[in-house]
Amino acid sequence: MEVINTDVAIVGAGGAGLRAAIALAEADPKLRIALISKVYPMRSHTCAAEGGAAGVIKPDDSMDLHFSDTVGGGDWLCDQDVVEYFIHEAPKELLQLEHWGCPWSREPDGSIAVRPFGGMKIKRTWFAADKSGFHILHTLFQTSLKYPSIQRFDEYYTTDLLVDDGRCQGLTAIEIRSGQMKHFQAKAVIIAAGGASRMFPFTTNGAIKTGDGMALAYRAGAPLKDMEFVQYHPTGLPNTGILLTEGCRGEGGILINKNGRRYLQDYGMGPETPVGQPVLKTMELGPRDRLSQAFWHEQKKGNTVSTQWGECVLLDMRHLGEKKINERLPFVRDLASSYLGVDPVKEPVPIRPVVHYMMGGIHTDINAATPLPGLFAAGECACVSINGANRLGSNSLTELLVFGRKAALSAIAYIQSGLSAGSSAALATQAKASESRISALCEKKGGTESIAGLRKQMMDTMEENVGIYRLGDELAAACKKISELRRRYAGIEIHDKSRVYNTDLLQALELGSMLDCAEAVTVGALARTESRGAHQRLDFTERDDQGFLKHSLTYYHPKEPPRLDYLDVVITKSQPGVRDYSGGKK
Amino acid sequence: MSNKPYVREVSKTTWFLNPQQPRYKRYMAREVTCIFIGAYTFLLIVALKRLAEGPDAFQGFLNALHSPLGVLFNLAALVAAVYHSTSWFNVTPQAMPIQRGEEFVPGNIIVGAHYAVWAVVSLIILILGI
Amino acid sequence: MSERQIQLEVLRYDPETDSEPRFQSYAVPCKNEWVVLDALNYVKENLDTTLSYRWSCHMAVCGSCGMMINGEPKLSCKAFIREYSDKIRVEPLANFPIERDLVTVVEDFIAKLTRVKPYLIPKEDKPISAGEFKQTPAELMKYKQYTLCINCMLCYAACPEYALVPDFIGPAAIALAHRYNQDSRDGGRDQRQEVIATDEGVWECSFVGACSEVCPKHVDPAGALQQVKVASTIDWYKEHLMPWVKK
Repeated sequence: MEVINTDVAIVGAGGAGLRAAIALAEADPKLRIALISKVYPMRSHTCAAEGGAAGVIKPDDSMDLHFSDTVGGGDWLCDQDVVEYFIHEAPKELLQLEHWGCPWSREPDGSIAVRPFGGMKIKRTWFAADKSGFHILHTLFQTSLKYPSIQRFDEYYTTDLLVDDGRCQGLTAIEIRSGQMKHFQAKAVIIAAGGASRMFPFTTNGAIKTGDGMALAYRAGAPLKDMEFVQYHPTGLPNTGILLTEGCRGEGGILINKNGRRYLQDYGMGPETPVGQPVLKTMELGPRDRLSQAFWHEQKKGNTVSTQWGECVLLDMRHLGEKKINERLPFVRDLASSYLGVDPVKEPVPIRPVVHYMMGGIHTDINAATPLPGLFAAGECACVSINGANRLGSNSLTELLVFGRKAALSAIAYIQSGLSAGSSAALATQAKASESRISALCEKKGGTESIAGLRKQMMDTMEENVGIYRLGDELAAACKKISELRRRYAGIEIHDKSRVYNTDLLQALELGSMLDCAEAVTVGALARTESRGAHQRLDFTERDDQGFLKHSLTYYHPKEPPRLDYLDVVITKSQPGVRDYSGGKK
Repeated sequence: MSNKPYVREVSKTTWFLNPQQPRYKRYMAREVTCIFIGAYTFLLIVALKRLAEGPDAFQGFLNALHSPLGVLFNLAALVAAVYHSTSWFNVTPQAMPIQRGEEFVPGNIIVGAHYAVWAVVSLIILILGI
Repeated sequence: MSERQIQLEVLRYDPETDSEPRFQSYAVPCKNEWVVLDALNYVKENLDTTLSYRWSCHMAVCGSCGMMINGEPKLSCKAFIREYSDKIRVEPLANFPIERDLVTVVEDFIAKLTRVKPYLIPKEDKPISAGEFKQTPAELMKYKQYTLCINCMLCYAACPEYALVPDFIGPAAIALAHRYNQDSRDGGRDQRQEVIATDEGVWECSFVGACSEVCPKHVDPAGALQQVKVASTIDWYKEHLMPWVKK
């Protein structure tokens, strides 16, 4: 097996991975950086983010406001020291992107323009029309081409982390085009491999978001944190799950039910605001969890519109006019017109909530470090606890940058702390074992389970039992089912026997990652007997700060369900309070 | 590296005949019609030469132009020249975009301006000719 | 929801067992709103797990799923079944070597993208603490269109010049260089001109225009290349006829 020696290996080349790679290259041009991704960097799912990135830049805004919006939005499950660090770094990172050429939308005087976003008290979302994530990703990718020390391994699928002497010291990855396993020896590893929402059938996430990075760390002994918190985005296209950005509402789009009523006022987000004049943190600019929950209630009441794609509410943007829609929301218009056949300039768009983002992920501290020495994580795959129980829109793109960079700086500090070289024999043995495991999987014959079949059962289980509102019985059933699917996963067979670009094998490995992550979600959700942010229990409807002002930590077990533990939330200055989205009129 | 990627050969001589890409034939038509423009230029040079050789030579040249073959050639050259010129006019907005403030001047205005100039120049020549 | 049976003819190639590609046909029951990618996913999930192709976002922004569909370069996630007859032929992107099935080798494109220095080379140094470079909406509009390229490579598959002269840097990469050249914050045009105002660069282009016709994001790379030609020509005249005029 070929051994590739490097200083820092980064798994994932989306926003966080690229930002980390650039930070490493800038800090020390002599560092050897291996940027490993199962896709070419510009295919990473950062490209699908639309709305924008939050950072305090305007004189009427303040760090305190961004802090309190974020912590309240997260229903006080955020670590406040980390949020503090995050909001202070945010504007610097967004400016850095500007200096790298990101085509941010502008005010007439040439300064950065900001738009309103859900749950934010002040307009603070930097945007590049409605392709903010796309432009961030491409700016980072193109900038990364400046640095010869960033050695890319495009289309390499990481299979295992190598841990010796209690430290993460590298990984094994399949070169997809040849099917060959490679052993990367690294002094530190950064995981930036994105979320896991593909465990749900109806999601805004691309096919690649299968929780591989989370599963890598989890299996290597690092716990997953707060996995039960899954964000539903309130405005997805009903047939495909394609996202229509929160910017639609930020620019003034309204949500109405089948009676034409702006129903959000009936769920504590009123009073009704004038059409086309959005008021921050009110009505349509409430947070995503509240909006998605309101949809659920409307559906129960029979107030939703029945379409051929299921029950929907309507997102009406007609009053914005063609010019503004073309200027600010061109992609939204294109997506709704092409995929649903509804032009937002002319008709209200049927939408419904769709799984969008995992608040949970690999447990990291303020330094983006996991509890496993030598292993760092950033982006959606990590849970650094700025998002708490519900992420505010436009905080995640900024998070990629702030903690991508932080992971890089922490990795450098870790390397410089004077490590003894690991036992290369022990690592080689592990790498060999990893290779054998994959070979055995490929060569196995007589499987009884189909990959697509297990995947469908997993998705159905998650959709039926782990949705916007949850019940103990249903969650217990989901735990049992996912646990069963994990067992049955041993019975799969890879029918594709070619070594070259074997996507049958990749899908099998991705399914394994998703099942591990799904189990952490269900186990965490069953044990959290309270309602907080995106985790709403019909049998425990209140927030329980006595019992659950805590992060859940799930520890992997190869055969059994995970072990569950809890960790106190870090509170510095904001005590848990009431989340108020009523425009100040309680 | 990969085992043995398969390279699909493209014919160096008949690539534009690809039935699934009619645009290639349109492109070739645009390029080939320039031959007529070249030929017409050549014809003008011949006319000058004949003129220099005296009235008889020039009359012979004019007679040749009035022959069926000459008329046919002129017609063909006219069609080809018009096709060639308009196909280029139509792509000028791509090559020479004009920005006014935040907006770009619509392409049909740029194309239209070309046609207008063409019409004016033709008109002037016509008047001078009469 | 209406359903329709289509014949999906897919070009298959496994370098380990095949000496050359062959077509394989699948009968796929399609919903009316499906795209070709949905039909491929149906095959992968229900009929043949060995079929390989790239895809991710299913919303025409990641640029993974470019293919030849009935001979035309298309994003398969935006090629609607309803716009085709009952027989649809899918092949890997033209002008790229086939790695496996619908997966092509794209290293050449990535190398060319890297060559054109597609990053901001600032006109002036400015620390982050001094804030943003000012850029008016009009200055943004000047290059905005060329930032929209998703690197899907449909333009390369449509370009006969690239097919005949593989060294041609090609539409997307040059359009990206032009994007930075047009950016009011950038001062790197001279460096990029050395790469793109060359025989392998814009002068290989004969303005077939196919790249712009197939571009799913309306980037108009052909326009970008012609603009680079015009600007380079002006450079040449200035240099040779008016050497006293500073650039």
